[in-house]
Amino acid sequence: MELSDRDLDLVSVLCDGLPLAPRPFQAVGVAIGMGEDEVLGRLQALQQGGVIRRFGVIVRHHELGYRANAMVVWEVPADALSAVGRRLGACPEVTLCYSRPPRPPAWPYSLFTMVHGKSRGTVEEAVAVLAEREGVAHYRHELLFSTRRFKQCGARYQRRMAAE
Amino acid sequence: MRDAASLSPLDRRIVNALQAGFPICERPFAAAAESLGIDEDTLIARLQALREANVLTRFGPLYDANRFGGHVTLAALAVPAERFDAVAEIVNAFPEVAHNYAREHRLNMWFVVAAESVEAVARVLTEVEARTGLTVYDMPKTREFFVGLRLEA
Repeated sequence: MELSDRDLDLVSVLCDGLPLAPRPFQAVGVAIGMGEDEVLGRLQALQQGGVIRRFGVIVRHHELGYRANAMVVWEVPADALSAVGRRLGACPEVTLCYSRPPRPPAWPYSLFTMVHGKSRGTVEEAVAVLAEREGVAHYRHELLFSTRRFKQCGARYQRRMAAE
Repeated sequence: MRDAASLSPLDRRIVNALQAGFPICERPFAAAAESLGIDEDTLIARLQALREANVLTRFGPLYDANRFGGHVTLAALAVPAERFDAVAEIVNAFPEVAHNYAREHRLNMWFVVAAESVEAVARVLTEVEARTGLTVYDMPKTREFFVGLRLEA
């Protein structure tokens, strides 16, 4: 989908989130000189075009009690990647599932999944259960727990691609 | 610090329902409230309280970065422990760098770079290598199997 400057203005102003007011789209429009009808029309088009994946609340997993998050990476051969990716992507424990090119020898892993949990122990246990249940325990895998987060949203990112 | 255990049953229902979607119409809170069986004022007040308690980061669209044109990648560095903070400062200074996480591994710094083109992302990665003297492992997404990012409250 080709985005116009007007669309990007709208994307940009929504980076801060929707105002919590009875007519939030009207309020958003006021900030960028756009009528409520135009705001609604453009947002519906952006959603239909797949630019907006979904509209709704974005939670802080830390404050919801999800204190641990691990990037769980799997060394899956190219010919099995599609099947394993679809399989792990369908698991309730997995919040993201992507394939990325391995960079051997430093980095042999090709499939990335994200698993959140209330603690490190629950994440480790969930991954062990998942690996066994889905028949993927024989693929070499590692859990990379995050220890610090430095930056949530860059300037350009914020304008063009908030919240990815 | 708030956590899931301290959310009321109503807040929990609100968070779970509104992670799934929100109507794009003139009175969206009224419409969402109706399907939750509460009124518009109550929903807005609860959302304000949840935002103040930091349970919600924001309320709005979740974009698909790939549909914007431009290019996004995930990059990793193996940073010697004693240089970690200095390298983080160099990396975070680029406006194209979005998330940056320390993770427990030999590759211990993981950051997302987003810019208007493949070339612009490559320039940032080259510059990071030049300024840090470290090898950047560039791992752009090749396929997406699932993006949920929803958590049960």
